[in-house]
Amino acid sequence: MTTRMAIPFVLLLILGSVFFALFTGYTPDETLNRTASYYATQTASETGAQNIVTAIIVTYRGLDTLGEVTVLFLTAAIVGLVLAQSKAPKGRSGSGFLPSGELLTTGTRMLVPVILLFGAYVFLNGHLTPGGGFQGGAIVASAMLLMLLANPADGFSHRLISRIESTAGLSYVIIGLLGLIFAGGFLDTTLLPLGRFGSILSAGAIPLIYVLIGLKVGAEFSSILTSLEETVQDAANDTEDAQ
Amino acid sequence: MTLVQIALATGFLLILLGLYGALTNRNILRMIVSFTLASTGVNVVLVAVGYLPGREAPILDTIPVADAAARITDPVPQALVLTAIVIGLGVTALMLAYAYRLFRARGSLDISDYTELKW
Repeated sequence: MTTRMAIPFVLLLILGSVFFALFTGYTPDETLNRTASYYATQTASETGAQNIVTAIIVTYRGLDTLGEVTVLFLTAAIVGLVLAQSKAPKGRSGSGFLPSGELLTTGTRMLVPVILLFGAYVFLNGHLTPGGGFQGGAIVASAMLLMLLANPADGFSHRLISRIESTAGLSYVIIGLLGLIFAGGFLDTTLLPLGRFGSILSAGAIPLIYVLIGLKVGAEFSSILTSLEETVQDAANDTEDAQ
Repeated sequence: MTLVQIALATGFLLILLGLYGALTNRNILRMIVSFTLASTGVNVVLVAVGYLPGREAPILDTIPVADAAARITDPVPQALVLTAIVIGLGVTALMLAYAYRLFRARGSLDISDYTELKW
């Protein structure tokens, strides 16, 4: 047993010495490498976006982002599938919970609109300020989490979530295809005019795509949260049955 | 220590901590937490590698476009890490769902109760 307990430490020691060598030998670059300096000098004229990270994610690496959103969709679908198969019989949703307190209920009613507004702000300004579709989507989903915490009994409808999700995904692909026809290629954001640098309606199709990504990511996170929350209810029902 | 070194050391430490937790814990939930810790460490290291001393974030609101290349940090690792965070979240959600499934099947979250794939 002692040798088996020693194995992790030996492995970590080896990995740790590799990390130590990397750490001591690391010197930060003085200048940007070629890829990065291309992005730094060309982003403003090619995409019109102030936030270079956004320009990379939505324009230069747009196809990767489409794949990433697809992976997220797959995760939400698989989580729903895996959890739905192990569900207790329906119809007693939320009966295993005490009602949430006055503070939480009132606080939720006050905070949810503000959080939703903040999420929308973050994904609308993704091309100007730090943030973007993924971050904004996560903020929107946190508002949904707050609503679920305050009122576990009535989750929101899966149908609405999947409508928003599929509409946003489909529009994203359609914008990509329009870029193929009217601009330089698939997901080319110069489809729309670039506008004045630094204004909210600028950077071509980037704000539009980021709004769609924000909605899609928010819907996907919400659907994961709802799936997990329903199983928590089932578990609560089970313990109630056992008593 | 400079800022880069602090960030790199933190990241490497988080990776090692996460791997240690994943290797030594018997509880599946603790292993999942350890994995998220390790992936956070990887993200911290990646962002730290993209940092150039004395430079600013790659957002051109106060920096004029003309001398952007001389004043911003590397934007590519930041874009990569954004992807990594999102995928990491998906992996964590999947791990939690499978853990719940295992718990429903056997009523246990101890990894030593699942010996089918052991050799």
